[in-house]
Amino acid sequence: MAKKYDAGVKEYRETYWMPEYTPADTDILACFKITPQEGVPREEVAAAVAAESSTGTWTTVWTDLLTDLDYYKGRAYAIEDVPGDDTCFYAFVAYPIDLFEEGSVVNVLTSLVGNVFGFKALRALRLEDIRFPVAYVMTCNGPPQGIQVERDILNKYGRPLLGCTIKPKLGLSAKNYGRACYEGLRGGLDFTKDDENVNSQPFMRWRHRFDFVMEAIHKAEAETGERKGHYLNVTAPTSDEMMKRAEYAKEIGAPIIMHDYLTGGLSANTQLAQWCQDNGMLLHIHRAMHAVLDRNPHHGIHFRVLTKVLRLSGGDHLHSGTVVGKLEGDRDATLGWIDIMRDSYVKEDRSRGIFFDQDWGSMPGVIPVASGGIHVWHMPALVSIFGDDSCLQFGGGTLGHPWGNAAGAAANRVAVEACVEARNMGVELEKEGKDILTKAAAHSPELKIAMETWKEIKFEFDTVDKIDVAHK
Amino acid sequence: MSDVQDYNSSLSDAAQSRKYETFSYLPPLSAESARAQIQYIVDKGWNPGIEHTEPENAISNYWYMWKLPMFGETDVDAIMAEIEACHKAHPKNHVRLLGFDNFAQSAGTAMVVHRGVSV
Repeated sequence: MAKKYDAGVKEYRETYWMPEYTPADTDILACFKITPQEGVPREEVAAAVAAESSTGTWTTVWTDLLTDLDYYKGRAYAIEDVPGDDTCFYAFVAYPIDLFEEGSVVNVLTSLVGNVFGFKALRALRLEDIRFPVAYVMTCNGPPQGIQVERDILNKYGRPLLGCTIKPKLGLSAKNYGRACYEGLRGGLDFTKDDENVNSQPFMRWRHRFDFVMEAIHKAEAETGERKGHYLNVTAPTSDEMMKRAEYAKEIGAPIIMHDYLTGGLSANTQLAQWCQDNGMLLHIHRAMHAVLDRNPHHGIHFRVLTKVLRLSGGDHLHSGTVVGKLEGDRDATLGWIDIMRDSYVKEDRSRGIFFDQDWGSMPGVIPVASGGIHVWHMPALVSIFGDDSCLQFGGGTLGHPWGNAAGAAANRVAVEACVEARNMGVELEKEGKDILTKAAAHSPELKIAMETWKEIKFEFDTVDKIDVAHK
Repeated sequence: MSDVQDYNSSLSDAAQSRKYETFSYLPPLSAESARAQIQYIVDKGWNPGIEHTEPENAISNYWYMWKLPMFGETDVDAIMAEIEACHKAHPKNHVRLLGFDNFAQSAGTAMVVHRGVSV
């Protein structure tokens, strides 16, 4: 029966709180951590979040009656306590798939983390997880090549890939920069990498950098007989400029390029990923700005959401944190989002902060990149945590070697191969790490001196953003 | 500078500088460690395969297959025997062992068991 128009403000929960609702397999589901203003009931706040992130506004409008709002609305269908924190609670919201443009993580995020995050009835709001139904996943382009194709392109099987970010971050000329790449690659690295803030500054314009770096790759390939690459950063002020740099990278035969998906933007990223797929190019993704969004435990977007968003938008590598290095990253939570990057089906697992089953269908996986403050002594733990389908990146841990980049690269390559060999023989890496490295160093003076150089460095600060567990 | 060691690698010194597959930065695999790695491939449920090439053609994806991949073979001795037979027939060539993962549709690992005479 048709409804009558009744102007005015209604409580959100009358329309958007539906505890009896069973989510459909095609719904997009979201888990928010909500910190409400004092005195506002949980159901009302949860319903407000559902409303403001879908069809609702603060007052009834007559045009609501021109559509089937009960079909299109977001539904808050469950509320849970946050273990160990009474200031906030989890709210689960289901959105019908029709609310979102196909293949557009831009559109999904604009709704789910749009106006609602500034809503006055909330003191803070965090998007903890999203379940993308496989029906939606299959509308997205995803990683340009995927893990297996990357291995085939590079001919590297059965071990983690090794990389190195060229330092100093800023200020090198293109020719000196190419030298630093060449030295690392000839010493045994698979990749070198532009730092994220290397774009096209006056001290080194992008085109000179691309040319010199390609010479470095060609020479190192001829010398070692192995395939090599350098993440040429095509992040640019406009997407036209980004595409121009990507086209040139392809023209000179570069196997891989790089983009910063958050500062560069998701439209640009999705465009570039599609182009990479069409042009046989690998795409490395950096995540500058992520900690602004994901580090506060009460407000923002959890990194596992940003991970899912990137896998859908497209990228073959994504920085994941190291667990053991200089940057923030809880171990269990990190294990959760590296599964989200790589696996085809990820089950709900609250101990890893995963709130929903996630079916990726046939979408390829993304290689997690561990980078930031790591060196040879971390290698056993890194191989154990990340496994073979990963890229371990040692910047200072390569370039800071007392004999230079080539020796630093060789030290890391010997260490990673020794760890893989031992693991394959059933040795427990994190327990026997010191023995494994010491034995390997007997055949590698480069590794021996690296172990002496970095012995004492540790990063043992407590993490700020932890998995929510009871502390009482 | 006297305590800085030179990194010895060049275009002209192939035997020293060319690297192939996993473990190429470690000393050559002993028979014992090769057996352990074969056991790992078998335990993973992968299919062992043997390929070989003249060192100068190693950059190609397609080395010569030695017979066919040994589908379902789990006997480490049998696999070792095939590696040795390939090496005996092609003593100047690189011989590599792969573990084919048919679910990933990719090699799970690859290693050179016998290094040929590099040029």
